[in-house]
Amino acid sequence: MRRRSRRAGSKTVVNVVLAVICLIWLIPTIGLFVSSFRPATEILKTGWWTVVPHKENVAKDQIQLPKDTDLRQPIQVNGQTFSDDQLREGVKAADGTTFMWQNRRARTIDVLEAGWKMNTEFTTENYKGVLTGKTYEIKDTDGTVKTKKGNGMSQAFLNTLVVSIPATIIPILIATFAAYAFAWLRFPLRKTMFVIVIMLLVVPLQIAMIPILRDYTALGLNGTFLGIWLAHAGFGLPLATYFMYSYISQLPRDLFESAFMDGASNFTIFTRLILPLSVPSIASISIFQFLWVWNDYLVALIFIGNQPDVQVLSMKIADMVGTRGNDWHLLTAAAFVSMLMPLAVFFGLQKYFVRGLLGGSVKG
Amino acid sequence: MIASAATPGMVRKILLSILVPAFNVLLHTGIFIFLRDSDLNSIVYAVLAILWGVVGVYFMYWSLNWVVEQYSDVWRRRIQPFLFVGPAFLLLSWLLLIPTIRTLIMSFQNAASTEFVGFANYAAVFTDRLLITALRNNLLWVVFGATACIVLGLLIAVLADRSSFERTAKVIIFLPMAISFVAAGVIWKFIYYYQPGDEQVGLLNAIVVALGGEPQAWTSMTQPWNNLFLIVILIWMQTGFAMVIFSAALKGVPDDILEAARVDGAGEIRIFFRIIIPFIMTTILSVSTTIVVFTLKIFDVVMIMTGGQYNTDVVATQFYRQLFMFQNNGYGSTLAIILLIAVIPVIIFNLRQIRKQGGF
Repeated sequence: MRRRSRRAGSKTVVNVVLAVICLIWLIPTIGLFVSSFRPATEILKTGWWTVVPHKENVAKDQIQLPKDTDLRQPIQVNGQTFSDDQLREGVKAADGTTFMWQNRRARTIDVLEAGWKMNTEFTTENYKGVLTGKTYEIKDTDGTVKTKKGNGMSQAFLNTLVVSIPATIIPILIATFAAYAFAWLRFPLRKTMFVIVIMLLVVPLQIAMIPILRDYTALGLNGTFLGIWLAHAGFGLPLATYFMYSYISQLPRDLFESAFMDGASNFTIFTRLILPLSVPSIASISIFQFLWVWNDYLVALIFIGNQPDVQVLSMKIADMVGTRGNDWHLLTAAAFVSMLMPLAVFFGLQKYFVRGLLGGSVKG
Repeated sequence: MIASAATPGMVRKILLSILVPAFNVLLHTGIFIFLRDSDLNSIVYAVLAILWGVVGVYFMYWSLNWVVEQYSDVWRRRIQPFLFVGPAFLLLSWLLLIPTIRTLIMSFQNAASTEFVGFANYAAVFTDRLLITALRNNLLWVVFGATACIVLGLLIAVLADRSSFERTAKVIIFLPMAISFVAAGVIWKFIYYYQPGDEQVGLLNAIVVALGGEPQAWTSMTQPWNNLFLIVILIWMQTGFAMVIFSAALKGVPDDILEAARVDGAGEIRIFFRIIIPFIMTTILSVSTTIVVFTLKIFDVVMIMTGGQYNTDVVATQFYRQLFMFQNNGYGSTLAIILLIAVIPVIIFNLRQIRKQGGF
């Protein structure tokens, strides 16, 4: 009995500790999400957490002191005496409210009362500004209207799709063919080739960049979609081959033998048997490769560079961080736009996603 | 008789063996040049590319395979495997294998890769202040980042295993793995944001001010410890990976061993260090190598957060800087080779693991 109650107690502790850790893990993303919907002027004035109901001093009333009040003498306010310094910092009055200078020169005092407050000003302007690339207006608190140019993120979003889909399909198709040969065909140099594939798994991409960049310059591929597809295809191949190999080599031998008996060729076996059977694995590695390309910054930076019409999301956001580092309303919205796809995949295809990420974790 | 009967067939086979590959080469070169030079709407372009990627690549395999099917059994069995691995291997050779060798050669050449300079670049890497800083920071990343990911990952996996909301907790911790380092950079830059005055909208500075401290510009303050604030981002993103794998490994620890230990009066902490840790040691090792490799190659976070300023450069960002700002192929290649050397133990480890599993 005692034992059980101790266990139950420790379970509560575990739950609380874990909940705190989870909260810490979630807060950064929540902060981004909330901020991306707050008006530009609010973001820089109050923290995003003020959207949660919180206690704050709110001006309830004002007191006008005689204009000739001497600030060097003790000051009489509603029958109580305060010093100038106290009023500057804010001081508690007898009834629980706080007195504070509203305008020291005009001798007006704010009567502040602690009350529940919640910043509920939200807007979708940030997203409009970020997505359309058109100019839009921000009204400042003091009434001035500023015009700012948005960022044309929708074009970048599209470009990222254009980069990601072929850069996923091409390597995985090629890799699956190779994986079948490695797993089920016997040929000279098979071991050597496979060892090379394994070795290339963790090789840092930097090792290949200077030579490829030179080849691309010679071929006119810098800053083109074709160039970045090929680069991603090459860089994705070792992992895709290994991933597909480990699945295809586990398939039962009898499966092919009976097909062979029936006179099916390797090509038929591959397209009619292997491919359909490998769909779950292909899905996992495709999701991994797709997200890898979607989230990639390094390869895009090197091979796309500054080409404006093929700009991908990660490049665009990195640019914005550099050029408009304090425009948090735009940065947060842009970052969230880039996260839409990964989050959709994460929540929609979680099983394949996790399997793909775990298998793909070795990628260079 | 036999010879004359074989000849027309032979001629046909030889013709096919030349024409079909030649046609493929022409076709794909044509598509290649068309895709490179055409100025299409990007959606049309993408659709064409997808068609090429699927139909074109498939057609290549299919047509070449059809040629091979015309050969005698013996030759077919010899050639067909190369048809299957060939395209993959050619692409790998062009984009990874040969570049590695070319980079190695360039690391012994001068900035413009015009003449050989022996080990001068390597000597520079260990004497140039910029490059030493990069090496030191990479070490910081590995020591603090990788260790924290593994320890936290294990801790959270154990806690989740004993909690009442395991699935939810795992989803929350794993979530940051899905997003890009660039987006994560924006998220954390906002958390570290500093503006003069009392009203701080960056979460970290707001907390510091609320506790009565002075707000700081975290990513540029006391070097080299500002690196730790960047490393936190890695920890936030990669702990989920370690956790998921550890969590699976923990489920493999047999319950009866744990029960027996409890009956013998062993405390939970003792059980953890004496039974669970040894049991999942191989998993810990492989997760560690993966995270270390990942950490060695860290690039995006640093680029977004500081651009390598304030002594936060790592090898990968210094590589970029040498390549694009100083146009120094020699230093750039040498840094790439150093990254490669750093992962060689992992390559050997991987090969051993796969050999053990009977991979080849």
